[in-house]
Amino acid sequence: MTWLVAHGTEAIFWWFGSLAMVSAALCITRRNPVFSGLWLIVTLFSIAALFVILDAQFIAVLQVLVYAGAIMVLFLFVIMLLNLGRQVTTDLKGPTGAGIAVGLAGLLLFQLLILRHAAPSEVITLPAGSVARLAQEQGLVASIARPLFDTYLLPFEVTSILLLAALVGAVVLAMRKL
Amino acid sequence: MLLAPALSVSAMLFTLGVAGVLLRRNAIVIFMCVELMLNAVNLTFVALAQQLGVAGQLFVLFVMAVAAAEAAVGLAIILAIYRHRHTVNLQNINLLKG
Repeated sequence: MTWLVAHGTEAIFWWFGSLAMVSAALCITRRNPVFSGLWLIVTLFSIAALFVILDAQFIAVLQVLVYAGAIMVLFLFVIMLLNLGRQVTTDLKGPTGAGIAVGLAGLLLFQLLILRHAAPSEVITLPAGSVARLAQEQGLVASIARPLFDTYLLPFEVTSILLLAALVGAVVLAMRKL
Repeated sequence: MLLAPALSVSAMLFTLGVAGVLLRRNAIVIFMCVELMLNAVNLTFVALAQQLGVAGQLFVLFVMAVAAAEAAVGLAIILAIYRHRHTVNLQNINLLKG
């Protein structure tokens, strides 16, 4: 119990982290694409919880709205539109393909876990809890909105053009017969 | 500080996404795995934003916008291919081979 009090945040973090990893593993192994999509939604919600623990509450709200809301509805809509819900044969690759996939993924995991111990240089690191304090002083949304409409105004505007292009492209592609 | 646990979880999620892309043949499931990889990267951004300032959270916003655009266009392409070939299995989609 004392351990839980001392490491409460870390325990909750690992709980949601394991939930995300387990549901991601289920997502990539389910035969039915609908179940894959539903497990991916569980992963996305767990990642939203991790965002809250990491002092990014506004991003967590956006994660639920944009990913779990809009993007996953789009995915499930297309799956059901194409009537892929009743897969009789699995689309998982055979033993050779699975072996290659697991081997390559394991190699990548080994490389990424070395990077886990990387720490940003002391020179550029902010004092602990400064992002949380900034959010408390300026407000959750304002602390993100200020740099967005100030320093990062140009990328923000470019993003709007990107979304317009995607919108037009999706409509054209879905209309025309290739 | 939860930087190391966050980077571990992110590495695991990214690896699972890569494994999914290599393991599956269904184009839509592969798309979902790409979304999983983008989410793992978002987790890294947010974890580092705790120490390096709020700009990391802003980049998550941009990644989300790109992911939404990618999902819309990608699913439209899959829809068009399905109309043409009546399958989303990548084994049967080899148009470039002629």
